[in-house]
Amino acid sequence: MSDGGADDKIEIVKGFIAPVRLRYTVNAGRASSRFLRGLTEGRILGQRCPVCHKVNVPPRGACPTCGVPTEEDVQLGEVGTVTTFCIININFDAKARELPYAAASIVLDGADTTLFHLIQEVPVAKVRMGMRVRAVWAAERGPSLESIDHFKPAGEPDAPYDSYKDHL
Amino acid sequence: MAADDETLTAPYLLTYDYRRSCGPVIGRFLAGLRAGRIEGVRTAGGRVIVPPVEYDPDNGEPTGDFVAVSSTGTVVSWAWVVEPRPNHPLARPFAWALIKLDGADTAMLHAVDAGRPSRIKTGARVKARFAAERSGHIRDLACFELEDA
Amino acid sequence: MSARREVAIVSYAQTSFAPHTKLNDAELVMEAVTAALERAQLPRKQIGFCVSGSSDYLTGMPFSFVGALDAVGAWPPIQESHVEMDGAWALYEAWVRLLHGDIDTALVYAFGRSSLGDLQDVLVAQLDPYYLAPLGVDPNSLAALQARALLDTGRASERDFAEVATRCKRTAGGAPLDAPYVVSPLRAHDCPPVNDGAAAIVLAAGDRARALCKRPAWIRGIDHRIEAHSLGARDLTRSSSTTLAAVEAGVHTAPIEIAELHAPYSHQELIVKEALQLGDGVRINPSGGALAANPLMVAGLARIGEAAQQILDDNARRTLGHATSGPCLQQNLVCVMEASS
Repeated sequence: MSDGGADDKIEIVKGFIAPVRLRYTVNAGRASSRFLRGLTEGRILGQRCPVCHKVNVPPRGACPTCGVPTEEDVQLGEVGTVTTFCIININFDAKARELPYAAASIVLDGADTTLFHLIQEVPVAKVRMGMRVRAVWAAERGPSLESIDHFKPAGEPDAPYDSYKDHL
Repeated sequence: MAADDETLTAPYLLTYDYRRSCGPVIGRFLAGLRAGRIEGVRTAGGRVIVPPVEYDPDNGEPTGDFVAVSSTGTVVSWAWVVEPRPNHPLARPFAWALIKLDGADTAMLHAVDAGRPSRIKTGARVKARFAAERSGHIRDLACFELEDA
Repeated sequence: MSARREVAIVSYAQTSFAPHTKLNDAELVMEAVTAALERAQLPRKQIGFCVSGSSDYLTGMPFSFVGALDAVGAWPPIQESHVEMDGAWALYEAWVRLLHGDIDTALVYAFGRSSLGDLQDVLVAQLDPYYLAPLGVDPNSLAALQARALLDTGRASERDFAEVATRCKRTAGGAPLDAPYVVSPLRAHDCPPVNDGAAAIVLAAGDRARALCKRPAWIRGIDHRIEAHSLGARDLTRSSSTTLAAVEAGVHTAPIEIAELHAPYSHQELIVKEALQLGDGVRINPSGGALAANPLMVAGLARIGEAAQQILDDNARRTLGHATSGPCLQQNLVCVMEASS
């Protein structure tokens, strides 16, 4: 604490906490709203690009490759292929799963882009590229990706590498 | 929540506590406020800048020695706030003012607790009201008040 | 100095500047970009350089400009840049990029959705974090301090403010002086509305511009200047940065017919007009300017686009677009455009 004395005795203020608190009402836009509504209804929706015909999921209303609007909704299957994955050993928040758990990029059947989600009901050491997985819906669904609780092994033979190599 | 048939909206609070480091010039000024005094810095050209900055806004030259200035000054411009916002320094209607403190060559922005708009004008004399509890922050200056109040 | 490459605006498009949009950033940008490219008949894959202006704080989404790129199609990988500023500064970057000479076209776009948050809170985040932001001083209040300073000089009155507002906003009932103050001396009619929107401009150089457009708006000069951030360190009633940018952009070498000024507050139009030394014969803000619609990060680019459109439409031969940024006209850009001689 400074006593207001000579300059060399002044203890300068090194820093302070400057909180930012900003309130928004975020707006999902058209495409994401349709996707989120679909999840509420237990459906996974993508959008097909009118130019390259690829199906993007989650859809954003535009094809990121071609830069054109996407309008055509495509309902996707609940089964897909793990293209890559990681093992999480650190707890991020209270809602997190029991450690360690796996998160994966999954290309759903009928889709051309990958969805990021959790893999459960299998030891993490057994999660692998090419693994076939199925969505497990949450008991209560809403307009959120949390409507899918996790993905579990689909009990199918692994997909061959060539079938997903373009989605890495 | 559904805003209408087509798009979904949701409330979102963005919150983050930045830790601002002050450096020797701002840190010294804020330490002064904590001690209940206001200081500026003198430029090579002899002007006194309050609140102090590291470099002369006119030419980018480093500023020099600290100079104590008065906690009393003159209103250079003002604006009357009819409805204060939650993050404003005062909860009742007040004036923002650019205040040139005696001994300073630049004006500083702060709130003036003037009561009603008819009591403040350009040229009005105001004095600093320090907060009772101070931590080394610009809000250690609670506000300014009219000198004749 | 060697002769500069000639660069022109060959098309301009914008979304509606509504109080609120239901689109996300990519959907909003898509509308403006698609329209601008269609007007120029330029396929996306032929764009040489792409640059945008926006601010993440408006929607509270970090790196939101990356998502908006979906509206352009960034594959195969494109040459792209972004400024956390009004799109007018993105246009400046595109102009410089075209002067390099290796590409002939550029796409500039800007987007902003101000309606998702409260601008009076959000814009505090642009202020000096030590002396100003902790006071919570909002943009209306800062503008009001500037307006009062201007009134005190005797160079303008509240009636002058109202006249600007009446002309720009074209609202029934005009701008009554007995209306209550928002922050005195500013009334609601002196302050900008909150708008969402996007705008896009296609630039082209030399013969490519002539091929894409019957009547390109040639950029004859463009310059931007900034002043000190601290309000107490500058004369708020004069815009020295505008004056200097105008000289550098060659504003005074020939008469300007139409000027689009980015003045979000009514008194700021008076300050900018004076700083540009525009004569009485100049038509100011036929679009209504930022007082009529103020999509943040877009309104400045829209001034340049509107001024260019007057040339593209053969309504004028020499126009000026102005953009501002920062509290109380801290930073200013001036762009002078001409039809071919």
